[in-house]
Amino acid sequence: MKILVCISVVPDTTTHIRFTDKMDALDTNGIQWIINPWDELALTRALEIREHPGSGVTQISVIHIGMKDTEPVIQKALAVGADSAYRVNHAPADSLEAASQIAEVVRKEPFDLVITGHDSADYNGSAVGEMLAELLGWASFSSISSLSVVDSVITLERESDIRSETIIAKAPCVVTIQKGIAKDPRIPSLRGIMTARSKQLTLVEPVKCAPLTHFVRFENPAPRSQCRMVDPSHVEELVNLLRNEANVL
Amino acid sequence: MIMSVLIYAHHDGEKFPKPVLELASYAYALARQTGGTVIAIVTGNPRESDLEKLGQHGVSKIWVTPEPAGPSFDNRAYAALVASAAEACGASFVLFADNAISRAVAPRMAVRLKAGYVSGVAGLPLHTDPFTVKRSVFTGKASAYAEILTPVKVLILARNTWQTIENPVTCLIEKFTPAVSLPAPDFEVVKVMEQTGTIRLQDAEVVVSGGRGMKSADNWKVLEDLAGALGAALACSRPVADEGWRPHQEHVGQTGKVIAPNLYIACGISGAIQHIGGISSSRVIVAINKDPEAPIFQFARYAIIGDLFQVLPALTQAVKKLKSE
Amino acid sequence: MDFQLTEEQKMIQQAARDYANRELIQDVLERDADSIYPAKHVKALADLGFMGMMVDPKYDGSGMDTISYVLAMEELSKVDASVSVIVSVNNSLVCYGLEEFGTEEQKEKYLRPLARGEMLGAFLLSEPEAGSDATSQHTLAEDMGDYYLLNGTKNWITNGNSASVYIVMAQTHPELKHKGINSLIVDRNSPGITLGPHEDKMGMRSSDTHSVMFTDVKVPKENRLGPDGFGFKMAMKTLEGGRLGIAAQALGIASGAYERALKYSKERKAFGTEIFNHQSVAFKLAEMYTKIEAGRLLCFHAAWLKDNGLPYGTASAMAKYHCAETAMWVTTEAVQIHGGYGYVREYHVERLMREAKLTQIYEGTSEIQKLIISRDIFSR
Repeated sequence: MKILVCISVVPDTTTHIRFTDKMDALDTNGIQWIINPWDELALTRALEIREHPGSGVTQISVIHIGMKDTEPVIQKALAVGADSAYRVNHAPADSLEAASQIAEVVRKEPFDLVITGHDSADYNGSAVGEMLAELLGWASFSSISSLSVVDSVITLERESDIRSETIIAKAPCVVTIQKGIAKDPRIPSLRGIMTARSKQLTLVEPVKCAPLTHFVRFENPAPRSQCRMVDPSHVEELVNLLRNEANVL
Repeated sequence: MIMSVLIYAHHDGEKFPKPVLELASYAYALARQTGGTVIAIVTGNPRESDLEKLGQHGVSKIWVTPEPAGPSFDNRAYAALVASAAEACGASFVLFADNAISRAVAPRMAVRLKAGYVSGVAGLPLHTDPFTVKRSVFTGKASAYAEILTPVKVLILARNTWQTIENPVTCLIEKFTPAVSLPAPDFEVVKVMEQTGTIRLQDAEVVVSGGRGMKSADNWKVLEDLAGALGAALACSRPVADEGWRPHQEHVGQTGKVIAPNLYIACGISGAIQHIGGISSSRVIVAINKDPEAPIFQFARYAIIGDLFQVLPALTQAVKKLKSE
Repeated sequence: MDFQLTEEQKMIQQAARDYANRELIQDVLERDADSIYPAKHVKALADLGFMGMMVDPKYDGSGMDTISYVLAMEELSKVDASVSVIVSVNNSLVCYGLEEFGTEEQKEKYLRPLARGEMLGAFLLSEPEAGSDATSQHTLAEDMGDYYLLNGTKNWITNGNSASVYIVMAQTHPELKHKGINSLIVDRNSPGITLGPHEDKMGMRSSDTHSVMFTDVKVPKENRLGPDGFGFKMAMKTLEGGRLGIAAQALGIASGAYERALKYSKERKAFGTEIFNHQSVAFKLAEMYTKIEAGRLLCFHAAWLKDNGLPYGTASAMAKYHCAETAMWVTTEAVQIHGGYGYVREYHVERLMREAKLTQIYEGTSEIQKLIISRDIFSR
């Protein structure tokens, strides 16, 4: 079984987000780039699955749609244990563009299971996984809190408002995972880091694809209004405010 | 043809939850802005009285359709169903509330309709031509204006963006049969565990959360009491989960769960930026902390600087008193 | 001159940083307070390849360059100097000598498991009567034909209890003075070895430090490292790299303290503003930052010389001398910036200050470093 993990490259979560003067793009100066946390957990889970004998998993690849400066981050995925990587040389304007590029690659390679993270920490689209599945005509499962593959059989746990289900899915399918799928991302071993460069990183030229949406402008958050302090010896005042002023009680 | 706004009205088995009524209210406002009416697509067999609720919030037509056949919710089938409804009513807009089901259906459906898709929508469009709508990005650290370039537009409305507003209209209820045969689900459900009792954190309207200021796992009773009085779900900060004081499922933050309740009460939480990233969409944040320098006060709307172990029991009492009145 | 780190070096630095910030930080205070050995961390770091960082992959090492070693040591030491000294000893004082001077048999038997971290090593040079003056070794290794008979006491041995392999310097030919010293690979389980109690130290309390006593311990001839009488030279050559590891450790201790002081100064308010806005504090931090950067460059330069096969003894002496003195000064000032909070364990800086002190003493005191440097500059 061949697994493909889709990875997004996002600014480190402690970064102060700033935009260019025209406010039409992210100011990338001084940004530390990382693998999108959800995707990193997805990759971690794939590696854990493979480590169990009898999983049937023969290959774990990663794919990223991005420009050359994202390659060091892709190298980290190889350093923690992915076998190979694809980089489609394009900066997608929206989730559909990203999904379309991934679909092109998947159509050419026989992957059985594609895993995506719920959301990317930059533009928060939460759409690539499902869009990819629709483009490929594959089944898809989202809100997946648990994933295992034994003897090439895919077992998932899907969470909804009122229940959690254990599902046996048929390959090929797209699985969108949420947090909890793995506990902590892997720290690459030093050997892994030193050999990452020897693994295959395939450069793929993008197919022509028009985005259906794009961002025209960005804005920094409005300054927060002052916090209203309540005397600790009069907590009932807080309760009144919450009911009568804020309407949340 | 009249520009329709189609909304996917998800019924939770008991009622149309508040986010759906918020969605209907938003859809009504959007329809007014663009010269159209609101149609809701509903699956299953909800009570007449529940359907009337949609009419009270501006929905002029409800299409009721059977749940697609299969062992359980199938993303493919629901996407085909909603797409079929959108095509049948010539919808210009297809709207969803922000929940797990929407994230499963909306993107697939958007691909089917070749429609531009924007999630996390934070209000009515700035202008309709070109169609531009605001959404939050970088997990709440900034906002962006997204332009949709296609005639049909798919939007997921962010939580706590639009109040429920009653705009009663005459509501026609019709049966809907999808024009296409829905794909047959190709998976097996081998076990189902119903969530009982505890309120799911993601959907809770009120959340009570504890941080390191609680000092130890043994002190959680005061939070549990407050949560009980409020009918709230419990959450915690990352250090608390890492220490093992509370289960990881309660961890809220940029690397944990991202939630958007109406009311978030942060007790003994300093307010590290990663924690804020998980709660910034909350309608109202209340902070209770003894450290006046805690960063959380910059994000809270109301705050009490005091000893948690004095304030919390008093707060619980005050809440109980209010609820009994 | 390219001052940029390579992608591999950045990844290695990040891996060490992630391990330190995710794992070491969890129990560092507890282990320091109660002198608890970091067994699970040693294993985890071994699994990640940190115990044989520069050893050739053909012996199961990670095959990294020395700059990467410096980066890793700095990152680990920012959080936990006890763990970093365990790592440094295994890498610089044990694996290095075996790889440089060992026979193929010795490498197979000892270097491979040491590089994998399956075994831990220790380096035994110091004695009760001989610290800085390593030429007068009292431990004797009597040549008995097909084995050496080892007798004597060694002091202040890091990994004394946790190591399975000792590299022991001992006198075989007293008449030849330092040219009659040998390095022997000694199995910890050999009969006749006893350990003194665990030293109750000022700092780096989570690493185990013991005196080791040898009474008629038999060491097979094939366990001698290098030719007869090579021991002192081997020890000196080994210490050149060892002191670079300690320089990097001191750098990390200084960095760790500086980062905490910087963060604190941006949050703590006094007289109406964050204390960073008071020039005395800002200037102090600027001096710290400069001295630390200078130390880092000294370490990188020494590492670069070593990796390029050039003499690096003076460069590593300068790095160690500067970084150790910087660490002592920076940590003291970091405590001061924290005020009362700096004096309590919870804020880490007092621990870093206690740890800094040892970097001025072990693997060649600052005075010895100055001796090395002054001898070198005299001949120029």
